[in-house]
Amino acid sequence: MNDLIEIRWHGRGGQGAKTACLLLADAAFNTGKYIQGFPEYGPERMGAPITAYNRIGNNPITIHSNIYEPNYVVVVDDTLLDCVDVTAGLKTDGAIVINTTKDLDAIKPKLKNYEGSIYTIDARSISIEALGKYFPNTPMLAAIVKVSGIMSDEAFLADMEGSFKHKFAKKPEVIEGNMKALELTLAQIKKLQ
Amino acid sequence: MSIRERLSGNEAVATAMKQINPDVVAAFPITPSTEIPQYFSTFVNNGQVDTEFVAVESEHSAMSACIGAEAAGSRAMTATSANGLSLMWEMIYIASSLRLPIVMSLVNRAVSGPLNIHNDHSDAMGVRDAGWIMLFSENNQEAYDNILMAHRIAEHKDVLLPLMVCQDGFITSHSIENIELLEDDKVKEFVGKYKPEHYLLNRNEPMAVGPLDLQGFLFEHKYQQAEAMRNAKKVIEEVSVEFEKITGRKYNFFEEYKMEDAEYVVVCMNSTAGTAKYTVDQLREKGIKAGLLKVRMFRPFPAEEIAEALSKSSIKSVAVLDKSDSLNAAGGALYEDITSAMYVNKKSVPVVSYVYGIGGRDTTSDQIESVFEDLQKINKDDKVIDPYRYLGLRK
Repeated sequence: MNDLIEIRWHGRGGQGAKTACLLLADAAFNTGKYIQGFPEYGPERMGAPITAYNRIGNNPITIHSNIYEPNYVVVVDDTLLDCVDVTAGLKTDGAIVINTTKDLDAIKPKLKNYEGSIYTIDARSISIEALGKYFPNTPMLAAIVKVSGIMSDEAFLADMEGSFKHKFAKKPEVIEGNMKALELTLAQIKKLQ
Repeated sequence: MSIRERLSGNEAVATAMKQINPDVVAAFPITPSTEIPQYFSTFVNNGQVDTEFVAVESEHSAMSACIGAEAAGSRAMTATSANGLSLMWEMIYIASSLRLPIVMSLVNRAVSGPLNIHNDHSDAMGVRDAGWIMLFSENNQEAYDNILMAHRIAEHKDVLLPLMVCQDGFITSHSIENIELLEDDKVKEFVGKYKPEHYLLNRNEPMAVGPLDLQGFLFEHKYQQAEAMRNAKKVIEEVSVEFEKITGRKYNFFEEYKMEDAEYVVVCMNSTAGTAKYTVDQLREKGIKAGLLKVRMFRPFPAEEIAEALSKSSIKSVAVLDKSDSLNAAGGALYEDITSAMYVNKKSVPVVSYVYGIGGRDTTSDQIESVFEDLQKINKDDKVIDPYRYLGLRK
């Protein structure tokens, strides 16, 4: 079980954290992994904090509970840092990746002085540049793939192109923008700590 | 050979239904089973199945439509959860007493109230005496496999009983996981055509279905239902053996995980069994002889076989985990069935009841580990003074 990677997503209803979680499961599945991708359903409404989870490993996964000691945490909306304990149980040899424009001094106190790695990405500007609208989930998906090293950038991009072609079969005009959002993220992600 | 896929539990069931291509599906949406009829209606619209899809106005009507369809001589399926099943309740009994082999996917959820949409087994336990065969599924794979076996079991001439396949709402119904699918033609060949012996639309054999049945006959008809349930054991075994031949996946009445030399045993159903396997593995690494007995076939109940399995000389104590509180001051439904089975078969091991996971309360490996710790405090000849316990209850 040592190879098992556990990821926890924090987002707000409507931002696509659940979709990103399922796309990550898909991408890892396509590289031959065993995967789980599941949201924690609560009161479903736009803007409410939501949580989603991934388990990814080389062996069958039988455990069926939420994740309390993740290797990685993804924060899709930095306003959650003020109201959700996002680093709860997060392993110090892991990492947190946050969609924000803030710097380390602004973020660190909100993470209870988490000692592990901290990465940030400005998913808003990337999304606006690539897609013309604010869809943070596509950049955040690329960000966690980069940070966790679940697969190579090339394998990930190739796989996502296939996924987008399938997912957006009726909206082919958005495929290029989504691919661009992934590429920009892979290039722009910053390690603050 | 098989097809490597990743599907949620609901997608897995809908896929099985597509491959079975039943004559009629009648359903009403209710969380967390909603996606099953939703996906299936897409298959209908896309012409991927020949099924008559009946979008009814309630679950009572869903089961009524399935009863009508099945009595007419066709193969009918439905899906529901919790309060949807509650609304079906009257027709649930009619379906089984008319000996109609309807197949239902029950995505387990707490029965309100207060209102809760999350997983526990109170819906299933509410119909445990309704004369339906009940199979429980640890994950998407087992839900898929059980649905593929369902018609073969239910429609067997020695059985003719409706069958429900249970899985845990959200925990497996909405979790994407790896799964091995069978090819469409293999499913078609395995499930076969439905050839009812007696049916309403057979003009050569005019018949009545469900007429008045008073003091003179109802008792005998109920006995026949009970006999059918007893017969179902053998048929479930036969169908499972055949299924193993084409898939390599072995299904028994219950799964014994690391039970050969187990001293402390947890018994449970559905997704918690997967978490318990992880816990058992962890404890085994520490030298604790933990084991798991996962019940797949809850109705008919394999009383004698479970009593035998839990009376191995190595076993010192057993915990039965019920994801539904019978609110009877005497333990959960699975606990009662197991302790009764052991008493009748003169098997004596301390068995304690844990009610857990109510209303979607998350059940962790740490919690199950605490059960194994509790079990180690019980001596084999002890009379347990507090057998009715709770797991994960906030104090």
